[in-house]
Amino acid sequence: MTLTDTLFFSFKAIVSYRVRSLLIILAMALGVAAVIILTALGDGARHYVINQFSSIGTNLLVVMPGRAETSGAFPGTVLGETPRDLTLKDAQLLGRLPQIKRYAPLNIGVAELSAANLLREVTVLGSNANLIPIRHMKLAQGNFLTQGSAQSAQIVLGHKLAQDFFPRSQAIGQRVRLGENRFLVSGVLAPQGESMGFNTDEIVIIPIDYAQALFNTTSLFRILIEAKSHNDIQSAKQAILDTLKQSHDGEEDNTVITQDAVLATFDRILHALTLSVAGIAAISLIVAGILIMNVMLVAVSQRTAEIGLLKAIGATTIDIRRLFFAEALWLSLAGAMIGFMLGQFGSLLLRLAYPQLPAWAPAWATLAGILIALVTGILASLLPAGRAARLDAVIALSKK
Amino acid sequence: MGDQAVYALDNINLDIAAGEYVSIMGPSGSGKSTLLNLIGLLDKPDSGYYALDGIAITDLSETEQAQIRREKIGFVFQSFHLVPRLTAAENIELPLILSGIPVAERQKRVASALQDFDLQQRALHRPAELSGGQRQRVAIARATIMQPSVILADEPTGNLDHQIGAEVMMLLENLHHKGTTLIIVTHDRELGARAHRQIGMRDGKILTDQSHDAH
Repeated sequence: MTLTDTLFFSFKAIVSYRVRSLLIILAMALGVAAVIILTALGDGARHYVINQFSSIGTNLLVVMPGRAETSGAFPGTVLGETPRDLTLKDAQLLGRLPQIKRYAPLNIGVAELSAANLLREVTVLGSNANLIPIRHMKLAQGNFLTQGSAQSAQIVLGHKLAQDFFPRSQAIGQRVRLGENRFLVSGVLAPQGESMGFNTDEIVIIPIDYAQALFNTTSLFRILIEAKSHNDIQSAKQAILDTLKQSHDGEEDNTVITQDAVLATFDRILHALTLSVAGIAAISLIVAGILIMNVMLVAVSQRTAEIGLLKAIGATTIDIRRLFFAEALWLSLAGAMIGFMLGQFGSLLLRLAYPQLPAWAPAWATLAGILIALVTGILASLLPAGRAARLDAVIALSKK
Repeated sequence: MGDQAVYALDNINLDIAAGEYVSIMGPSGSGKSTLLNLIGLLDKPDSGYYALDGIAITDLSETEQAQIRREKIGFVFQSFHLVPRLTAAENIELPLILSGIPVAERQKRVASALQDFDLQQRALHRPAELSGGQRQRVAIARATIMQPSVILADEPTGNLDHQIGAEVMMLLENLHHKGTTLIIVTHDRELGARAHRQIGMRDGKILTDQSHDAH
């Protein structure tokens, strides 16, 4: 029996057992589609989070006071020493490091903003003009505290605040009151919405010394630092730690987080998540494979007389084996192809439903899904095909 | 029973010349079907020797035996054994497909077989849509499409009424007239009597073996 005839003959068998074939193909297709859609979802989530995190800055390092460490020398020091505060002086020191492009000290607090008979509590950021470029924020109008003029009492309003307080007039140039002090509105942030759980449309930004005065503190909440290039990040981190250790009397009481490291961690976690959902989906493919085996076994006993006849008119055991093998191959091939299309279609629907989520199935997952479908289909056919080939022709023929 | 061995065939010694018309008769359980299966290479003797067309079959591998079945033997069964999902033409074509004969040649041979057995109008019908006589004609067309040297018919008229059965026998006997060896297994005495050589079996043994001249 030639290969073409084998393929054609088994194809005809599939077509004549229509319902049976469609059900197997459906099971296979759903398995492949599940692999594709779930990995598209996982990988989309990974890209979404990474995009979000990348958007908060470039080559970013964050210095924060305190250091969690386990030093077993004395009781009471298990969670580290009482941290020395980060100060503006520290920030200025760090700004002089060669690896550093710019820095922005940061204080955060809450205060009452009032203007034009309106009043509300707002989140106040105290910083310098570098905050805008470091955090990738944009100004809709006006400008931020000009570099070095931290003393002038200027304020930048978030987009929504500017609209709420000055719905009809230009916000810039208006006077507002924040806590006990009066400020001149110098700029309005462009609308950005939520980013990393922080709504920049409803904040105000004032110069750092005003913020420290307002909150009655000399310490900083964070120092945001942008390294000159991606390659400088590691050496910048070391230099920052060294500098701070020196100025803090030899105590390593600060923590530096690089955006890179956080990104890499997120990437790893979400990649693992994608892999595990792909694995769960792959189980459904193996189930589909077992279904193929089951249905093929039933087919063998249903077609016992046909197999006996084929043997009587001269089919070899190899011919019979190949026929059933080819049948399984067709079924899993059709299942894989339809599943591929279903998966692509499902991913498309996901992208349409959640435009922020880049739900594209990675190539490896698509390929793996199709391969697993083919391999399980083929493996599942071995047992039934062998059973068919071993059938005794006399017994098979006598069975009605 | 149990520890006592039962022989389906016992000490059979049989020579059938090429071109003979032989009937094998006997009650059920006499071993006549087993003998036919042995001749058709569907069954293997536990011991003994069998040669077909001068080829020692008992020494051949399974694949070689399949090839002999394909090329030298045509089976006709009581229950026709047509593949229900294939059309009449496709059923007739099966042995040609198994032999790997090219499509063009296949179509030519199937067309002429359909004509020989007066099945042109039924070529695209499935077995379920055919009458018993038509089904057996399809089966005979399938058995002869490879021009085998021997036709083995196991109760070929057993599922047909008398008149149709007689027509089927005419077809088979025509093949014999063209030189094919014809071996028929039956328990119908009248049918068996038509053969030129009649073998009577009982309990796995040959009881009688008589010949009479062709009419």
